[in-house]
Amino acid sequence: MPPCVLCGKNIRNVHNVFTQYAELLKKESQMKILVCISQVPDTSTKVVLKDNNTTVESAGVTYIINPYDEWYGLIRAIELKESGIAGEIDLVTVGKATTEPVIRKALALGGDKAVRIDAESTDPYLTAAYIAGYAKSMNYDLILCGKESIDYNNGTVGSMIAGLLDIEYIGFATGIHIEGTTAIVKREIEGGEETDSCSLPLVISCQKGVAEARIPNMRGIMAARTRPLEVVSPAVIEPVTTILSYELPPAKAGVKLVDPADMDQLVDLLHSEAKVI
Amino acid sequence: MNDVENVKAIKGGEFLIRETNAESVFIPEEWNEEQLMIAETCTNFLAQHVTPNLNRIDAQEEGLMSHLMDEAGALGLLGISVPEEYGGFGKDFKTSMLVTEKLGAGNSFSVAFSAHSGIGTLPILYYGNDAQKQKYIPKLASGEWKGAYCLTEPGSGSDANSGKARAKLTEDGKYYLITGQKMWITNAGFADVFTVFAKIDNDENLSAFIVEKDFEGLSLNTEEHKMGIKGSSTRQVFFNDCKVPVENLLSERQNGFKIAVNILNIGRMKLGGGTVGASKEVITMAVKYANEREQFGRAISKYGAIRHKLAQQAMLTYAAESAVYRASQNMEEATEMMIEAGLNETQAKLKGTEQFAIEAAIIKVHASEVLDYVVDEGVQIYGGMGYSAEAPMERAYRDSRINRIFEGTNEINRMLTVDMMLKRAMKGELDLMGPAQKVAGELMSIPDFSAGGEEGLFTKEKKYIANFKKAILMVAGAAVQKLMTQLAKEQEVLMNLADMLIELYVSESLQLRVEKLVGLRGEDSCKEQLDMMRVYINDAAEKIARSGKEALNSFAEGDEKRMMMMGLKRYTKTNDVNTTQARRNIAAKLITENKYCF
Repeated sequence: MPPCVLCGKNIRNVHNVFTQYAELLKKESQMKILVCISQVPDTSTKVVLKDNNTTVESAGVTYIINPYDEWYGLIRAIELKESGIAGEIDLVTVGKATTEPVIRKALALGGDKAVRIDAESTDPYLTAAYIAGYAKSMNYDLILCGKESIDYNNGTVGSMIAGLLDIEYIGFATGIHIEGTTAIVKREIEGGEETDSCSLPLVISCQKGVAEARIPNMRGIMAARTRPLEVVSPAVIEPVTTILSYELPPAKAGVKLVDPADMDQLVDLLHSEAKVI
Repeated sequence: MNDVENVKAIKGGEFLIRETNAESVFIPEEWNEEQLMIAETCTNFLAQHVTPNLNRIDAQEEGLMSHLMDEAGALGLLGISVPEEYGGFGKDFKTSMLVTEKLGAGNSFSVAFSAHSGIGTLPILYYGNDAQKQKYIPKLASGEWKGAYCLTEPGSGSDANSGKARAKLTEDGKYYLITGQKMWITNAGFADVFTVFAKIDNDENLSAFIVEKDFEGLSLNTEEHKMGIKGSSTRQVFFNDCKVPVENLLSERQNGFKIAVNILNIGRMKLGGGTVGASKEVITMAVKYANEREQFGRAISKYGAIRHKLAQQAMLTYAAESAVYRASQNMEEATEMMIEAGLNETQAKLKGTEQFAIEAAIIKVHASEVLDYVVDEGVQIYGGMGYSAEAPMERAYRDSRINRIFEGTNEINRMLTVDMMLKRAMKGELDLMGPAQKVAGELMSIPDFSAGGEEGLFTKEKKYIANFKKAILMVAGAAVQKLMTQLAKEQEVLMNLADMLIELYVSESLQLRVEKLVGLRGEDSCKEQLDMMRVYINDAAEKIARSGKEALNSFAEGDEKRMMMMGLKRYTKTNDVNTTQARRNIAAKLITENKYCF
């Protein structure tokens, strides 16, 4: 390598300085994404209620990442990073220490760092307020979450985060594209699809169509251990709702198959058993 | 026999004469978060890529299996235990066993996977020189190249060293020309690299060579038509003066048989893990079906006859799993000790594996027979649908059968179990004589009826297991004494002894696992596991008694025989267990969870 005529240093070093500067500029221009991750019981879980039907039993339950957060929000964020549009991906969850395995699984899929807000997440307003409190000073360009979590199914956290941060919100997205500082978002509406354009920053709740599910690979799994997982205390916020009680759905009645030729039996069953005629 | 408590059983085969401390065994309930994540990746991989495509895989759709291997490679699943310097992930043996177990539920795919990452990769990884490893291992670990292993020939299967394939050096000394015919070669249809065994000139022993598919003189036959694992590529590979550069000789000349045997030791243990994974999946299907299928107005899972089958399937699988991971841990520990003793990692791994070759053979036989039981009853639970190719049980039934044949038939492995045990005793590595004489002395004395102190949760089972050891030492000792050099030819007796050893090893592994588990979770959370232990050991006692009796009847006579028969009865006596109720409990848990849940 010939030395640089200006400073006498090895050319490769000068080149490195430029490369680093270029990377810094690129990083500055890349979007910062926050993905909200919720821990939910595995879909095959048998729900058991306790404490006079005010709490759901957690013993023996296998927990997973809320599929809407994982398959759609997180994976789309990873795709945006892979295509160079997004820079850093942060993950946030509201939960106690028992949620850490799930957060680390999300890190194995591809987050850069994660924050766990150390609080229970049964109340959607509280969850949204904690996340908004954390995100306020972080200047995220895009905040992604699932359209709902499959345990409590409130579907309101995303919109409340947007409200609390006073930024735009698009719900039930089926496709997300970024052009410069604008998001082009497809969303499901009754009987069809709508395409919106909205400038960043923005909160989007995601559903099927946004991305395809991925499986964590060995590299990601091994890297997950070394990626930072910060624990922060929640802000002191008063909840606005209280859960009075839960109720399990009534046991499913068996299905009776009636021979199409036997209308009398059908009528009889509708009359005497189903009592609808 | 009780004198070495609190010390880890580190030597292979020692389970027959030593007690193991439950604290020292590894149990699958101890997987860490990262290992569980890896397991989940395997399960998800099967669910997304393999299970939906089983029909296409079995039809051997062009390029599909190779593509699936690429996908597995992209996830890193082909290089789990390959060191990081060769492009792998450097994980321990247990973790690679866990991957084998989880992918074991993948029917033909699991065969392609195991062949590639085991016999396809390990000979080069363990015996290759640095240049060979640098050239081949990273590509095998990533899946860019697929591996296969050519040992069996039309005329040499179990008797592997009798192969006819020959290699001769070219006049310029640059190449070996291999000529021969290899049969039943898994992955042959898409493999890029073959480890080929052949004798150089008129050598007594095999040598091993690394052969690339494009080397001149290598050709493939068409696909074999098989009973099961139809999606696995199985072909004959022909070598016609196949030109192999001299630098592709693996290890040293005539070292091939040693390579073959050692790689098979690992393969046997892995086969155990894979069949455990398949068993669990089949049980889950059986439980779900039994819960859904109604007859006489109730789900068939409500009937005792079906519950018995479900409980038996789960118990055998749980027991087999206990043995697989106990031995895997032992192997790992032995390897670590060899490294501490100054061996390099590769040598240490080989020695560690060799050390537990007896356990590997036991596990291969037991776990493959468990899977065959599980699929057989799986078909039965499915009833008519079990016989239909529309439902998954029919495939599971066909695919299971090969496991009792490859990686050394179960008969060969049974003989090896006893043979290795006795050889180690003769070499002085394993003191069977002392304990055997002690048992002989005990036979003459009055049985000990004393209560023997306070009874704990495992006192009885530990006593039964200690007695099983005495029963085996008695029968084996007498067999050696009576038959002497003839014993090797008395294969029926060898089979009896092997069956006794298998039941002992598995009973003990299960007991140790449950004891450790109770220590971790408390008795109340382990009720079904305790039931499985009690039923298994109860049944094992009967099997050991039956095998022992058959053996004694074949060679013992007169008073001596009568005395030993009485001893056998004494050493296989267990207190009554309500196995019916215990099995109902086990089944109830499966039925509630609607899956294999232990």
